[in-house]
Amino acid sequence: MSIRFFALAALAGALVAGPASAAQTLLNVSYDPTRELYVEFNQAFARHWQAQGNEAVAIQQSHGGSGKQARSVIDGLRADVVTLALAGDIDELHRIGKLIPENWQERLPDASTPYTSSIVFLVRKGNPKGIEDWDDLIEPGVEVITPNPKTSGGARWNLLAAWAYAEKKYGGEAQARDFVEKLYRNVPVLDTGARGSTITFVNNKIGDVLLAWENEAFLALKEEGGDALEIVAPSLSILAEPPVTVVDANVDRKGTRKVAEAYLEYLYSDEGQRLAAKHFYRPRNPEIAKEFSEQFSDIELVTIDGYFNGWKEAQPRFFNDGGIFDQIYQAH
Amino acid sequence: MSRRTFPVIPGFGLTLGYTLVYLSLLVLIPLGALFIYATQLTWAEFWAIVTSARVLAALKLSFGTALLAALLNGAIGTLLAWALVRYTFSGRTIIEAMIDLPFALPTAVAGIALTALYAPTGPIGQFATALGFKIAYTPLGITLALTFVTLPFVVRTLQPVLADIPREVEEAAACLGAKPLQVFRYVLLPALLPAWLTGFALAFARGVGEYGSVIFIAGNMPMKTEILPLLIMVQLDQYNYAGATAIGVLMLVVSFILLLLINMLQRRIARA
Amino acid sequence: MSSATLTASASNAARRGNAWGRRLLIGGAWLVFVLFLLLPLLIVVSQALQKGFAPFFAAIVEPDALAALRLTLLAVGISVPLNLVFGVAAAWCVSKYEFRGKSILVTLIDLPFSVSPVIAGLVYVLLFGAQGFFGPWLREHDIQIIFAVPGIVLATLFVTVPFVARELIPLMQEQGTTEEEAARLLGANGWQMFWHITLPNIKWGLIYGVVLCTARAMGEFGAVSVVSGHIRGYTNTLPLHVEILHNEYNHIAAFSVASLLLLMALFILLLKQWSESRINRLKASAGEE
Repeated sequence: MSIRFFALAALAGALVAGPASAAQTLLNVSYDPTRELYVEFNQAFARHWQAQGNEAVAIQQSHGGSGKQARSVIDGLRADVVTLALAGDIDELHRIGKLIPENWQERLPDASTPYTSSIVFLVRKGNPKGIEDWDDLIEPGVEVITPNPKTSGGARWNLLAAWAYAEKKYGGEAQARDFVEKLYRNVPVLDTGARGSTITFVNNKIGDVLLAWENEAFLALKEEGGDALEIVAPSLSILAEPPVTVVDANVDRKGTRKVAEAYLEYLYSDEGQRLAAKHFYRPRNPEIAKEFSEQFSDIELVTIDGYFNGWKEAQPRFFNDGGIFDQIYQAH
Repeated sequence: MSRRTFPVIPGFGLTLGYTLVYLSLLVLIPLGALFIYATQLTWAEFWAIVTSARVLAALKLSFGTALLAALLNGAIGTLLAWALVRYTFSGRTIIEAMIDLPFALPTAVAGIALTALYAPTGPIGQFATALGFKIAYTPLGITLALTFVTLPFVVRTLQPVLADIPREVEEAAACLGAKPLQVFRYVLLPALLPAWLTGFALAFARGVGEYGSVIFIAGNMPMKTEILPLLIMVQLDQYNYAGATAIGVLMLVVSFILLLLINMLQRRIARA
Repeated sequence: MSSATLTASASNAARRGNAWGRRLLIGGAWLVFVLFLLLPLLIVVSQALQKGFAPFFAAIVEPDALAALRLTLLAVGISVPLNLVFGVAAAWCVSKYEFRGKSILVTLIDLPFSVSPVIAGLVYVLLFGAQGFFGPWLREHDIQIIFAVPGIVLATLFVTVPFVARELIPLMQEQGTTEEEAARLLGANGWQMFWHITLPNIKWGLIYGVVLCTARAMGEFGAVSVVSGHIRGYTNTLPLHVEILHNEYNHIAAFSVASLLLLMALFILLLKQWSESRINRLKASAGEE
């Protein structure tokens, strides 16, 4: 009997030994909506890197809610680079994990953010509920789909965009809190990541409007062929800045610092910027941004640093335990 | 004859030792780590976490839906066990073989299949939509997913017991003038109850901890459709190890009590 | 005379009542079967094949899917034999001897059944994570457990610990110790006794336990999800791969890989049915003696 099982184990072992490992591997731990971008970018970089006369590199990807991915890296997931949804999550890599220096964001141009995005509305074809701006989202009977801000980076940008709109329009924190509370009262499903919410809205057809990353909304439109959905740009949104960094503790251990740094720098190259734009991220390079300017609508954008004093202040104020989001949710 | 003062069968030390070492390494020490981690919390902190509104809501949901699913299985399982043991009919072998499908099917597959089935546009979900209610993304959807995952428990615990009750006993009771309900109440129920309770408790315990099939169909709304295991995940994802551990300890204690009850029940059956 | 006819007619009435009950119960069983078991199955297959066989096969032979299949088989290939040996040892000491604390031991063996898989994953993160008890030591020695293959195997082992033991304990208790004692008295040593007496007696129960254990190891989701890290082609098992595809708008591929798992599950059910029928035949022949 047991012989048969040892044979099975040996067989399984042989199967596992199958894939030959490339000379060097790089692990990019990223958040939900970047899957398609990095599939293509990884190939481009691998070609570029070898063309430069270096040995071949294989790039592995891992995707999930941004907060969750940061937690995995802190717990020991050996990411060489992280490309997450917001700086607040990468700050935790320094604060809890001591994996990167405090000034990590100063190491690459544009506060280490090679591409940006914003938050837009995705509605069903023909916009049956007539949703034009944030005010329409708090109407009774409108179902809003957004992920859980505790685990999803996109969801945090969503909440802050709504907050900035309400505070500017209605004049104060109390009004903004009231507005956001009404908004979340209209949310029937709270997925853990941006992609989960998109699936809920697009595939399972729950809700009237999805608060989405601009790139995620475009991607959903592309996947659905544009027959079922349309994008609505609100009058005001937030400049979503998903930053990148090398994880020093890991690259130094694995000896991959050089290739990891080259990988991130390549995001700023013309090819990298074009690929970002192709996947509906707003490129930083103004020349390339101009090439793709038709793709993106002009929205007034507030920034996390300008309006909320950066993630170091916004994260505890809004999203930590007992923060504004919790208070709103307890009030339900 | 009874000269067996010490056992002739060898291997007691070896097997007990191996069992204890293996269990300790794989199960007891890791679970112990959970408790040690939890001791970093004061009693007041622990209490504050496990009695917070969100945890209590998840607790109520997890135990409530698991209880409902176990009850539903109590009914469905009895029906299935009865039909399979007492009657021969076409398709019986297929049903008999397929009862264990929920055990063999990965829970993630069950999750996406049930979601596709019960979503408002799905083959069953659309009827619910027409009638004005929703199944997926509500506690009802969670209950149905748990019912699927724990379906075999009651059937499988009832079947052997039912097979052991000779049909003549019922017929004798019926001949003596007992009505079918009376036969059920006085003849079958006492014989079946212990096994039924065991199956019920197993289904309940499994349902409380189930994760894979539920997260696809639950909708995961805090305070509404967020189950306890998901809440542990959420706590972990926001670096709140203390919170995750406290909820973990809470679930573990409840599970352990449940298991003790099951084993006590089983011993009572063995004695009967 | 008259009392005999009376009972006969009463029993006939009961039978007639039973005929209705019979139809109702069989109908109910069919209804439950179709609604709860057959429909989920059909929807998996129909979603997978909605665009024909080509996309179905493409999703299954795609490199990440194959890597996930390999990892799943590896986890099964390691955890099932280990739990098989454990199950035999545990059942041996529980069923052949009387000792203090036996019921506690049985409860402990069962414990992983009712521990939520998420907790199983969590405890390994607490132990082996970079912030956990052994984290710094592991890092120093460059050993990686969680977010790598060992963590996935450990999590799978944890959730499948009880399966073989649980099948064997009642079986071995029922069989008692007389045959083994006879073998010993006739001069067999411990191993001879085990190979020639015990093993043939428990063979089918053993296979049944192994089949259940394999099913669970193959399908584990929650525990593995916590410790996986979700690196494609490296730490994704098949169930996790289904989730990833599901999250990539890749509806057909998700259901195709799900169908593969479904086929494996059906195969396991077939094995189970076979071993079960052998057990029943053994029992029946034992009953005739």
